[in-house]
Amino acid sequence: MNLTEHASILIVVIPLVASFINIFLIFLKRTLCYPFFLLVLGICVILSIDILSTVISFGTLRYKLGGWMPPWGIEYVVDHLNAYLIVIVSSISFIIAIYSKDSIKKEIAKAKLPYFYSTYLLLTTGLLGITITGDIFNLYVFLEIASLSAYALIAIGEKRSVLASFNYIIMGTIGACFYLLGVGYIYIITGSLNISDLTRLLPSLYESKVTLTALAFFVVGIAIKIALFPLHRWLPDSYTFAPSAVSAFASATVTKVGIYVLIRISFTLFEPRFLTEITPLSNMLIWWSTIAIFFGSIIAIGQRDFKRTLSYVLIAEIGYMVLGVSLGNKEGFIGAVLHILNDAVMIACLFMIAGGIFYRVGSRNLEDFTGLNKNMPITMAAFTIAALSMIGIPPTAGFFSKWYLILGAIEAKYLISAATVVFSSLVNALIFFRIFEKIYFTKKEVIPQYTFRELPLSMMIPIIITALAILIIGFYSGEIISSVIKFTVPAGF
Amino acid sequence: METIISSKPLLAIIISLIAAFLIAITGEKARNLRETWTILAAVTKFGIVASMLPDILNGKVIEFTLLNITPELILQFKVDALGIFFGVTASFLWIITSFYSIGYMRGLNEHAQTRYFAYFAIALSATMGVAFSANMFTAFLFYEIITVSTFPLVAHKETEEAKKGARKYLTYLLGTSIAFQLTAIVITYNISGNLNFSPDGVLNKNAAPFLVTITFLLYIAGITKAAIMPLHSWLPAAMVAPTPVSALLHAVAVVKTGVFMILRVVFYIFGIDLLKSLDLGTVLTVIASFTIIAASVIALRQDNLKLRLAYSTVSQLSYIVLGAALLTPSGIKGSIIHIGAHAFGKITLFFTAGAIYVATRKTKISELDGIGKKMPLTMASFTIGALSMIGIPPFAGVISKWYLSLGALEANQLFVLVILTLSTILNACYFMPIVYAAFMKKPKYDDNFKEYSGGGIHEAPMFVVIPPLITAILTVLIFLYPSFFLEIIRVILANIMGG
Repeated sequence: MNLTEHASILIVVIPLVASFINIFLIFLKRTLCYPFFLLVLGICVILSIDILSTVISFGTLRYKLGGWMPPWGIEYVVDHLNAYLIVIVSSISFIIAIYSKDSIKKEIAKAKLPYFYSTYLLLTTGLLGITITGDIFNLYVFLEIASLSAYALIAIGEKRSVLASFNYIIMGTIGACFYLLGVGYIYIITGSLNISDLTRLLPSLYESKVTLTALAFFVVGIAIKIALFPLHRWLPDSYTFAPSAVSAFASATVTKVGIYVLIRISFTLFEPRFLTEITPLSNMLIWWSTIAIFFGSIIAIGQRDFKRTLSYVLIAEIGYMVLGVSLGNKEGFIGAVLHILNDAVMIACLFMIAGGIFYRVGSRNLEDFTGLNKNMPITMAAFTIAALSMIGIPPTAGFFSKWYLILGAIEAKYLISAATVVFSSLVNALIFFRIFEKIYFTKKEVIPQYTFRELPLSMMIPIIITALAILIIGFYSGEIISSVIKFTVPAGF
Repeated sequence: METIISSKPLLAIIISLIAAFLIAITGEKARNLRETWTILAAVTKFGIVASMLPDILNGKVIEFTLLNITPELILQFKVDALGIFFGVTASFLWIITSFYSIGYMRGLNEHAQTRYFAYFAIALSATMGVAFSANMFTAFLFYEIITVSTFPLVAHKETEEAKKGARKYLTYLLGTSIAFQLTAIVITYNISGNLNFSPDGVLNKNAAPFLVTITFLLYIAGITKAAIMPLHSWLPAAMVAPTPVSALLHAVAVVKTGVFMILRVVFYIFGIDLLKSLDLGTVLTVIASFTIIAASVIALRQDNLKLRLAYSTVSQLSYIVLGAALLTPSGIKGSIIHIGAHAFGKITLFFTAGAIYVATRKTKISELDGIGKKMPLTMASFTIGALSMIGIPPFAGVISKWYLSLGALEANQLFVLVILTLSTILNACYFMPIVYAAFMKKPKYDDNFKEYSGGGIHEAPMFVVIPPLITAILTVLIFLYPSFFLEIIRVILANIMGG
């Protein structure tokens, strides 16, 4: 069997099967669970890189499940955009899996660990499935797998996480339902669920009210899933009270995959002109996301809790990506797609650091971060890099995606949106330099019951990797754009 | 123009980064070794920069492309006459400041010295980066690194006051550079499609005048390091930093980066022709003139010596901006000479302020009565620095004022002459009383000052006293032998005036 040929299905099936096997490993030998878990995610990373390199050299991959011909059977379609996201999702999930070894031990009971690993694998399966499938109903199925496992993972956090997860379930389910309704409407008028098939069928139906209704349901459904302000209410609580590893993983991947779905629906399922000329959707999304950036940033200033601050920063970042996608020009789109990668790495790094500080200090309150530099110099150096990238200071990665976003906004003549992106950078500077001041220039009163020293290696290495990745991605932005992102830009931009 | 490809500019930048790393790992335990790294890096850096000088004076350009990050954002260095001038000045003064820093920090037994020396080295590294940038993106990158790396130096004391000053420092520098400068850069790119510094400007000559004007104003507002009013108040706030920081960074490296960037923007982004056609030079002239006078008036009222020097810096920086804004050959000459003249003069003044503090813990001008008898060498240096600032021969300051006045005549801006005269009077008003009090008045009796009020000479340690003497002597030498300056300026003028 040629591995490369089946890589696109294996990358979904392996973690799915592994999540069940993991449960049975408990009976065999408990200590095996973690190495197995890590091994599976490692395989996913290798497969994802294989897929990306295949796509780069041979173009779009198509895989027909069970040999059924599309549009009857389910088809997996991997082009540059999917391949790019698959690499992001699987690498982040692998890196955070390393991180979770020590961080999770403090946060949940030892007996529950294997279940955590299984659910984590399921979430990975769901996210990879969403990105890889070429079928809108199959996408819904994976969306639910991902969401359900995310609810579960969040609920195993501290006390208040149960309520947060419940909120998330309610909102998430509404979002999923809206998405499913959209799928239903599309199916009613076309009788097809295959995306490439629909691309052919839909243009003649653009005037139909049903198509418009479907689009509306899609967009609102996804907006809830990606927590686009003001539909963000589930996110801050969930990511604040979830275990650190889960916050890091979910914040870095779940929302990014949501953005991916938005791109697919907007530019593959429909043609760009449908969004710009026939419906006022892109115009609406631009204003909507500008508002999201503005309020996400403003609310972030007022937070005392580090993870909650990051959550609101993330909400603003989601606004960036939606803005870039909806600007309808090449620069904006490149900015958005590049920002998917940058933001995934940055936010993962920051949430891991938040978890690391919690691990040592036992607090997420910014007031307790005084003088941390003395005790955790390496972690704080990583924090500095990630924070500077969030602000958008070159040569960190964050600068380059912002550069393209601002260029795109100016190109599209949305000067207010461009100004809002700049404004949000300023707010980020305010937020993070306030924290720097605490970490580096405030003397600490000694709290005896905590041991202040560097993190264990298993937590430190992922943090260092992501921090270095921010710099490396920054320097290779041009390379990434010319070899991958350039090909994801929809025709007609 | 002949172009040489060489990695020297990169080496000049990297050398102090390596030093910063070595300083950090050596640490407090081996402080002599740690200081050796600083001195070694400073000398090597100056050596590398100076070794590029002969080629540049022959009209060549040294270029080095580090990385094409994206097709339009390129990390590239290009050493031209203007860049090398700034580079030589800053790297030379770093050597002197390094010795001074050692004396100052040890004399006061300051805390966190390792951090201090490490960030100092990084800041200098970034300063070279700005000096040698080939395009606006590279310049912006290093501009931001300077801001971030000097933040720990300003907050050094870690007191509430220091943190407050540092916060203000950062808000102004980082805030405006992201809000205005970055926006201006994006617009520039949007209009012209590239960000390279080119001698006749990159902005399209037929771009909409309104847009060009807006971009110009955004640049002026965004390059806050030049401390043009009303965005100047970060500089007085930064005076909470240890004095060597104020001396090198807030009289030379950081603020000169600001005016240097203004010169780059004026001559290499917009170009003289475009600015002349839109009469934007006059706008900048007026802003700079206002700053010169207003800052001098505020300086008069300061009792804290470092604050008075800071406001004097604000005022003097605008001389440089003013000279550039006149857009005439003599104006530009005056502007560039003043970069050097002010650097040497003002660093002398800050050095002496630090020496006074180390020897007597005094910061207020009103406490300096009779100090000239206790610290004759220090106050002699101070007097020379002050005279140079006022613009009295035989010191460097007079040369730049001479050319600035000529430039004003060439540009037919007679009010500039009035401003310059007025400013000279104001300079004398805020510097001479200090000199007078130091040498002529009798010391006041002061309980806190008892241990220092005995007879005899009470100078600061040698490391702190010698550097201002050297820089003071150099201001005289610049006056006597200005040929090095004039030679470089000839190349710069040939470059931007197209002849």
